[in-house]
Amino acid sequence: MERLKTGDRIECSYAGTRFNGTYITSREGKAVIKLDSGYNIGVGSDTCRFMERPDPVGRPEISTTQNDSLPPLSIISTGGTIASRIDYRTGAVTSQFDADDILRAIPGLSGIARYRTTQLYTILSENMTPAIWQELAAAVYKEIKNGATGVIVTHGTDTMSYSSAAVSFMVDTPVPVIFVGSQRSADRPSSDNTMNALCSATAAVSPLGEVAVVMHASTSDDRCAIHRATRVRKMHTSRRDAFQSIGIAPLGYVDYPSLDIHLSPGAVRRGSREPAISPVLDESCRLLYFYPGMPPSALPETGEVHGLVLAGTGLGHVSTDWIPALKTLVDDGTIIMMTSQCLNGRVCDRVYDTGRDLLKIGVIEGADTLPEVALVKMMWVLGNEKDPEKQRLLFSSSIKGECMRRSLHGL
Amino acid sequence: MDYEKIGLLAGIEIHQQLDTKEKLFCRCPTLLRKTEEHSGEYHRYLRATESEMGEIDDAAREEMKRERKFTYYTYDSTCLVENDEEPPAPLNQEALVLSLTIAKMFGMTPIEQINMMRKLVIDGSNTSGFQRTALIAVNGTLPNGGRIETLCLEEEAAQRVEGEIFSLDRLGIPLVEITTSPCMHTPEEVREMAGYLGMVLRSTGQVKRGLGTIRQDVNISITGGARIEVKGVQELDLVADVVKREALRQQNLIMIRDQLLSRGAFVQPAPFDVTGLFTGTGSSILKKAKIILAVCLIGFSGLVGYEIQPGRRLGTEMSDYAKKCGVGGIFHTDELPAHGITADEVEALHRALGTTEKDCIVLVAATPKQAHCAAMQVIKRAGFALDGVPEETRKMLPEGNTAYMRPLPGAARMYPETDVLPVLVEPSMWDSISLPELLTVRALRFSTELGIDEGLARQIAFSERLPLFERAVMERINPTLAARTILGTLKEIQRDGADISMISDDRFIEVLHAVESGKAAKEAIPELLRMVAKGAGTDEAIEKCAPAISRDQLHAIITKIVDERAAFVQEKGNAALVPLMGVVMAEVRGSSDGKIVSELLRKEIERVCKSR
Repeated sequence: MERLKTGDRIECSYAGTRFNGTYITSREGKAVIKLDSGYNIGVGSDTCRFMERPDPVGRPEISTTQNDSLPPLSIISTGGTIASRIDYRTGAVTSQFDADDILRAIPGLSGIARYRTTQLYTILSENMTPAIWQELAAAVYKEIKNGATGVIVTHGTDTMSYSSAAVSFMVDTPVPVIFVGSQRSADRPSSDNTMNALCSATAAVSPLGEVAVVMHASTSDDRCAIHRATRVRKMHTSRRDAFQSIGIAPLGYVDYPSLDIHLSPGAVRRGSREPAISPVLDESCRLLYFYPGMPPSALPETGEVHGLVLAGTGLGHVSTDWIPALKTLVDDGTIIMMTSQCLNGRVCDRVYDTGRDLLKIGVIEGADTLPEVALVKMMWVLGNEKDPEKQRLLFSSSIKGECMRRSLHGL
Repeated sequence: MDYEKIGLLAGIEIHQQLDTKEKLFCRCPTLLRKTEEHSGEYHRYLRATESEMGEIDDAAREEMKRERKFTYYTYDSTCLVENDEEPPAPLNQEALVLSLTIAKMFGMTPIEQINMMRKLVIDGSNTSGFQRTALIAVNGTLPNGGRIETLCLEEEAAQRVEGEIFSLDRLGIPLVEITTSPCMHTPEEVREMAGYLGMVLRSTGQVKRGLGTIRQDVNISITGGARIEVKGVQELDLVADVVKREALRQQNLIMIRDQLLSRGAFVQPAPFDVTGLFTGTGSSILKKAKIILAVCLIGFSGLVGYEIQPGRRLGTEMSDYAKKCGVGGIFHTDELPAHGITADEVEALHRALGTTEKDCIVLVAATPKQAHCAAMQVIKRAGFALDGVPEETRKMLPEGNTAYMRPLPGAARMYPETDVLPVLVEPSMWDSISLPELLTVRALRFSTELGIDEGLARQIAFSERLPLFERAVMERINPTLAARTILGTLKEIQRDGADISMISDDRFIEVLHAVESGKAAKEAIPELLRMVAKGAGTDEAIEKCAPAISRDQLHAIITKIVDERAAFVQEKGNAALVPLMGVVMAEVRGSSDGKIVSELLRKEIERVCKSR
């Protein structure tokens, strides 16, 4: 029998009836067939008879038109759910669209700007690495130098806040650099990709002048929030409004469908910085999430890493048992910074004995920096500044809005 | 009408909600709520997406003609899955087994590996923009010799509250969709088969009951016509009427086509802007409109206004198409002058467009975008008239008429639900499914085995309260008493305002036991149930409304009543029995059995008559 290939027309004898259909794939020992009614069924492959192999039908090429009078935006695509399609091999949704596909899928974008698209990667964001952050930073910087009014980075949502923080530390930007993704796959009519993309393009041509994440502000399709790249975190596995600014209000909002933009007074404005890049990262850094009873042996060996971020309990604590081991690490030159699992609020190691002991041995208070952001910041600081005194100064100050001098009460 | 002669072919698609504990893809209860109980709301837009074949479905494209913002009501009994904010949970096993059971009852063959699909639905009734559905089994049989083509397990859509507002309580309730082949040839046969399918479904004892829990779609065509899918026939009694009226509509559309062809009729391919002709019009609608467009239907005169179903014309069909663009309706010259438009204006219109009274002109008045969209829809529908009957999905109107909803959806609206893993139906699982007794068989058994009247047996077998009846019989309560109380008494006291949902099965059975053991009289049942409905315990109710009285006490009461009315008794003789029965029963308030009362009363009447 002819070996069946995806797209072959077949006849299937099943339950005493003949069905016509299209062969899709083989899954778990069954031939998956798309019947002419549209339904897929899995049946024994011996029930299928090859009929013909139709000529492949190319997808209609809808050309994307650009309006030259609009400001130039660059879209850098890295993959993720904002750009996904069905994969027949696994039956799962995978990242496959390139930046041109995004323009085709979201025609409204062409009314906001004209676009230059670069496909840097096609990966799911859990597969990101610091090396890719560096490439991304270089690509963003190149677009800024080329005169882009703004840069949009499409990114999987899982690790988007790591990447956005990394680019934020590495690149000084005078224009908006907007990270955007979607929580519900682009192949569904209810996907949040269209609204997120239109709002991110709006933010990218706005008076904003920093790196930000633009995603749904609530479960409704009514507005997107603009989050500072170093203060944002994915706080829900699946909701559209998973991204939340922690400890500060969002930098602004873009209303939908009007696309009216509102920036807060605290948002950095366009042109505030000269473009620059410091793309070195010291990857020899770790983030450790402490839990009660966690043995000190969970700590890296002396000399194993250059930097260590601890996500401690409450005000910034780990077990008293850890003090000697931590002291050995610090004495050996490892930089250790304390952050809190609470995410909200500021580390203060001057209140309880454990905290005072931590300070005494040389652990740095991470203020209100988020644990993941503290890790990225440590990689960047250790990569770009070798003088320990200057390193300490950088750790205790805010470089890109990652830690704040005042804790806002939100009332 | 001779349906055989016109080549009527009809098939049914039945949608039946399953009475499972949880929804199909989340663990929420399958509970319908009152909309005023909603806990919150949110807003969404939906967009048509390409199918895996790279096409956009016609039906979906049609829904896209208007930008629509949908509002959804949430409840404390719905979750993130209904909000389209969490991937679906694995397929509900209870629903799967139940749908396989139904398939087995129809003699169908299960699909070896079930693949869940997404069926594009962007009318707002699904938050995701698709309905999850899977083909479960194929090829069953009907008593008329016809074939059941497919059985699908799907999730129910959200319920429209009004306009673009939907309620999420119903979204995700499991539903089986059973599709027959076009194997029925008369309206009555369609009704009969729909009734049969419903009976088999109810025989499982695990389907939802009540209005809206079962819906029939009917596919209808006649020779020379086209396949029409009529959606959402909720009442079985209307099925035959829908078929009759659709057959009539198709006949008339064919007749119109023949007329049009013989007249050499055609449709002008683009509309004309005639706003300027109506600057001084008395029609309030035309006066308000930003633009008025005219569509010229050459040679159509008289046929646009021709009635194709009672109260509906070809013009109504055009209007339904135009309404998809958000306009309120259309005007056509077959019905003019009217609506504030004068004969002079119609004449001016013909003059300006170069048409005559042999032609029909359709007017649409709205914003430029809407009017253009609506005019193109009218042109499209008018063009279809030259071909006869367009294939359509139609919705049912009251009295069995139908109106255009959207084009027939195609295979392009289906793509795989990638968030749900395929499910294997193992032969051992299929074999282990036992078949429930059909309600018709059960009714027969009740009448032969339990000795109850045939009609009553059928009524109780088909009743929602069948489980209660079966329990009463198990507990050795007289079957006729149980059936009559369930079907009669409960309904009566409900009509009188009692909340019978407060009567638990346990209480109900206790009341019947009390009657059977002589603790209370049969006549006291309504009053006892009324008190139980108000929250009384069974003993308390008996104590209050019907304390059992001894035969001696009863005798004394009857003697007293008869003696007090001796003159009346002596005058009427035995005819006094009926009126006095009423007096005695009122006095004992159902505490005594009517048979015993009547027996004692008769004796007393004889005594008094003799003593004269």
